Amino acid sequence: MKVSFFITCLADNVLPNVGIKSVQLLEKLGCSVFFNPKQTCCGQPLVNSGYLEKAKKSMCTLMDALLEDDCEYIVAPSGSCVLQVKEFPRFFQGDAVWESRAKLLADKTCEITDFVVNILKVTDVGAVLNGRGAYHPSCHMSRMLGVKEPPYQLLKNVKGLKLVSFKGQDKCCGFGGTFSVNMADLSGAMVKEKVRNIAAAGVDYLIGADGACLMNIQGRIRRENLNIRVLHVVEALMAG
Amino acid sequence: MGIKTSSLGLKHRIKKNLSDSFMRASIANAQDRINRKRADCYAELGHFEKWRDLAMDIRSHVLDYLDYYLEQFTDSAQKAGAAVHFAKDDREAVELAKTIFLQKKAKKAVKTKSMVTEEIGLNEALEEIGIEILETDLGEYLLQLDGKDKPSHIVIPALHKDRRRIREVLAQKAGYKGDVTPEAMTRFVRGILRDAFLSADVAVSGCNFAVAETGTIALMTNEGNGRFITGIPKTLITFMGMERVVPTFEELDILFSMLARSSVGVRTSVYMSLITGPRGKADLDGPEELHIIIIDNGRSNVLAGSFKDVLRCIRCGTCMLECPAYRHVGGHGYGVLYPGPLGAALVTELAGYEEHKDVTEICSLCGACNDVCPVKIPLVESILEHRRIIAEDKRLAGWMKDAVYSQYGRVIGNSAYYASASRLARLANHAPRIGPLKEWTKARELPKIPAERFRDWFAGRKRKEAGS
Repeated sequence: MKVSFFITCLADNVLPNVGIKSVQLLEKLGCSVFFNPKQTCCGQPLVNSGYLEKAKKSMCTLMDALLEDDCEYIVAPSGSCVLQVKEFPRFFQGDAVWESRAKLLADKTCEITDFVVNILKVTDVGAVLNGRGAYHPSCHMSRMLGVKEPPYQLLKNVKGLKLVSFKGQDKCCGFGGTFSVNMADLSGAMVKEKVRNIAAAGVDYLIGADGACLMNIQGRIRRENLNIRVLHVVEALMAG
Repeated sequence: MGIKTSSLGLKHRIKKNLSDSFMRASIANAQDRINRKRADCYAELGHFEKWRDLAMDIRSHVLDYLDYYLEQFTDSAQKAGAAVHFAKDDREAVELAKTIFLQKKAKKAVKTKSMVTEEIGLNEALEEIGIEILETDLGEYLLQLDGKDKPSHIVIPALHKDRRRIREVLAQKAGYKGDVTPEAMTRFVRGILRDAFLSADVAVSGCNFAVAETGTIALMTNEGNGRFITGIPKTLITFMGMERVVPTFEELDILFSMLARSSVGVRTSVYMSLITGPRGKADLDGPEELHIIIIDNGRSNVLAGSFKDVLRCIRCGTCMLECPAYRHVGGHGYGVLYPGPLGAALVTELAGYEEHKDVTEICSLCGACNDVCPVKIPLVESILEHRRIIAEDKRLAGWMKDAVYSQYGRVIGNSAYYASASRLARLANHAPRIGPLKEWTKARELPKIPAERFRDWFAGRKRKEAGS
């Protein structure tokens, strides 16, 4: 299956290993992965700050890049960025050129765990990771995109991994995009509580499916010098 | 009091409330406890999504035909003997109330909890003309006693106070000498309130719902103060926001059931007072005179605009109890009467963007509120749309933000600019911790930016494949 990989700007720049493991996972499961280097950013930081019009050029650039290789699916390791792409048809409603392209892109785009479980129909990828792990369900991915179960379905089959729940598991980690710097004190209070709850669960790994939330949580874990490894779900799935 | 409740700027307000560890502990505790109860009693009811759809449909229908239902309500209420008044804004509402008080030569009033009376600043206006007005909802009473403390939640106004703080207030301001148990403190306050109910000239109430078919005011309380208010004083003035109407008792039943569950996680409120006109000849109690003041105060504009959905709100406050931002800054952090997601979606509509635009920033867009709102208000979408109007239509975000985001938009809009900018970003590890980096590092470390981007790795792999 031909898959165009949408790396997302954050993973491209800050968490390249998430991209590398995603590509390796997709290839391991028999996909041929295309990466179009013309892709940039989905424009979410702009849209969430109110600058929808200023974001549109980047959306068009992204649409061109991701549709260029004419793959069956476009897969990204971030529920939040996928959610944003799914909103493109609304943003370009009534636009003669872009509305149909936005719809095409939205239809083809899939979050990676959702893709593996529901399109490739695989729940055991043969990973081994020894220890206790907690999964943080990111808000955009679980609530708004509606991808709730696939990460659990995949992580349950990771050998050696004991998944545990923790208090306030489904609560926001406080990232919220530009919220994390605009409202730094409040965002900080939120991530402190999140990490306090994770630490109380006594885990070796904190696993998530959205790089931005993981960057936020990891930043706090490092600040507190806690011995908890933060992993993107694809990193856990490619372990062992 | 009006919509604005704090003169502090956004950042100061947030800081001040974050530093109040007692308040934060009280709110976190209340959120966890009530949210659990709410989940349990909805689980018991079953079909949560269907109930939400039904409640949403009822509210949407009423809003679509609000002129019709308001007229029907007015006719029915008048037929039942009530005097119905319309107030287009806070000033008119207050003047109407003052006139009634002066006509009755009233000096003392008792009052149930009502957000709309807070919105129009009723208490302050009446106090100015020498009327003593006593809040009889326990939470509101404590806030009033504490010297004009402000509600931090629309259903549970003293949510920010724990029992120790409440005891302090009662001891200092009312001479309470008992222990710190809720039972003892409530008994003490009850003694004070009983006298007030008996000696008041006028009662003031809010209105949870107004039944159009019968002209009935429905009032829910958990402490029974609603019963006294509507039963004893000779004159009752009820204030209602103009969107509070339901067609018949059938819809009231559904919304009442949702309101009780969503607001405090119970199947039903302890009391429900239904007032249809003043007391009749055969009635043993009830007011001799009933005035209903229907308040617009910006609602017509909301109804006609793109945020109409927000008017579906039944004021249960569940969005606040679910909100992770509200959890840490409490209602006072918002600096407005309606806090939390509801406030962020509603306040700029009622009171303008110029003064209140920053309320829309106290939100991480997590969407938890959307999932629990009993009338399915698209809260997150509304907040985002407000942000867009502030930045693009009203241009109120400020030139600095405009410039930064313009530049950012230019970079990500062009593949070549983006590729070079992202190469430059490799240097961020050595950048001085100022501006956004300083803000980020207040609570957490910055990620280490790796030398190789994903795109470099992918290109390198391709080159290797081509070479081999």
